[in-house]
Amino acid sequence: MTSALALALAPVPGTWNLSVRAFRCWLVTYRRTWRSSIWSSVFGPLFYLGSMGYGLGSLVDKNGTAALGGVPYVVFVAPAVLATQSMTTGMNNAAFPVFGAIHWNRIYIAARATMLRPADIYRGHLLFIALRIAMNSACFVVIMAAFGLIKSVWAVALLPAAVLLGIAFATPVAAWSVTLKTMTPMNYLFRFGSVPMFLFSGTFYPLSVYPHVIADVVEWSPLYQGVVILRDLVLGAPSPDLVWRAAYLILLGVAGLALAGRRIAGLLLV
Amino acid sequence: MNGIDFDLYQGEAFGFLGPNGAGKSSTMRMLGCVSPPTQGDLTILGGDPVRDGAAIRARLGVVPQEDTLDNELTVRENLLVYGRYFGLKRKLIAERTDQLLDFVQLTERADDQVDQLSGGMKRRLTIARSLINDPDILILDEPTTGLDPRARHVVWDRLFRLKQRGVTLILTTHYMDEAEQLCDRLVVMDHAAIVAEGTPRELIARYSTPEVIELRFTPGEQEEAFKKIKSLLEERSRASSAPDTMADLAIGRALGGYGGGGAGGAGPPCGKAVPPGDSRADCRPHTSLRDRRGRAPHPRP
Repeated sequence: MTSALALALAPVPGTWNLSVRAFRCWLVTYRRTWRSSIWSSVFGPLFYLGSMGYGLGSLVDKNGTAALGGVPYVVFVAPAVLATQSMTTGMNNAAFPVFGAIHWNRIYIAARATMLRPADIYRGHLLFIALRIAMNSACFVVIMAAFGLIKSVWAVALLPAAVLLGIAFATPVAAWSVTLKTMTPMNYLFRFGSVPMFLFSGTFYPLSVYPHVIADVVEWSPLYQGVVILRDLVLGAPSPDLVWRAAYLILLGVAGLALAGRRIAGLLLV
Repeated sequence: MNGIDFDLYQGEAFGFLGPNGAGKSSTMRMLGCVSPPTQGDLTILGGDPVRDGAAIRARLGVVPQEDTLDNELTVRENLLVYGRYFGLKRKLIAERTDQLLDFVQLTERADDQVDQLSGGMKRRLTIARSLINDPDILILDEPTTGLDPRARHVVWDRLFRLKQRGVTLILTTHYMDEAEQLCDRLVVMDHAAIVAEGTPRELIARYSTPEVIELRFTPGEQEEAFKKIKSLLEERSRASSAPDTMADLAIGRALGGYGGGGAGGAGPPCGKAVPPGDSRADCRPHTSLRDRRGRAPHPRP
């Protein structure tokens, strides 16, 4: 009992450095689960490509593909499968793992006692989610190339575009997941959110099939915007509209990032 | 919190004793810099917890009330993840992990999943994890709540060794014996305020009666027994010449020969026993517990 505790505090590293520390925690966790993730990452999209692209496609191609831009159906549908995979990877990783990091394995709660700040904890997790989206997308781009479905050099932009699409879904979903007390509402997200979006966002047929009123609604679907971007890149004819579509996705991603960041800080610093 | 006020010195073990809901955990969260103080001044390691939160937390070790271990990872991986949060190099983490697991006696379980550990082991692992950054202050929120007596003693032993090494400990507890074992100084909290402060010895001397007798009667008989005991107590206050303890022993004896060698140790056969045949003598408690607070503290290891 001599002197009151007062030691020099070391300066805190920047947020990038701290976020990477949180990110590496998720890598340790992923070492345990990567095998089971192969199924959803590789085989799932491959099956869609087989059944829709080649199976259903064989019937579609017999009737002429002028409405699809004159390409075989499988070429038309493959970028949509890629887009859907980005969306589901982004959503899945932002739903259960974020909820779990608060309520189950409590990774966020454990980390907040350390020098990481809520923003670092969250950004680190997002880095990992982005990595998962990139991994899954890269797998599928390689599969597309192997099947000869890539027709243009613009395809080099497929991967960043797919990651952008995934993050545009991940951050708003994460902002929502942190508010949940039970996991029941998660099912609604998939039942009424991702499944209808997957079926109706111009994934299996062009938007021209719809009456105007419905087409106008579908255009607001972020998945639709992603599908169009990726499809344009595969077919080698990106229109100037790509900028607006990308801007829409970036806006969603940034808004989700800001909202989730605020909510997580509110949750962890009570 | 209702304006609590205390200073903490390097190398001391400081305790917060109080019931559930007394505000101990809220205080711990503020000290752990995860909960901003709404009013007043809080300075930790010379820093402001709001402005320098991350820098302060870098020098703290925290054992939360509920374990936040990752059950799906191994014991070693839990320490690896935590070490990384503090920016430690893998090699240093590996070295410290070996030392810390040895310290908390978990070396043999290093590669087991946390899932498989007992409650006491998880608690020890949480303590090991909180030490990975070699903290200046270790904050423990109810370190032994929910542990069996043996596991508690193991945790106490480890904490006592940390104290010997000069680590500053801040802990909360429900248990007076835990506070007595570990704390140099403590505050008693209730209703979000400090109600007493001092060393365990001072607090015992100031607030504890030498002996406490707890009697439990069969439901339905309590009212009757209460009257009988009340009359015995009046008799006790009249017998002013006898020391209180003796008079209490007399009462105990009246309540079924309790004073003659219960679990609390036999007292000398003196005091004014109620003569046999007195109607009050058949007042028999269901259970009784005597706690002598006036004894010398247990010798420490």
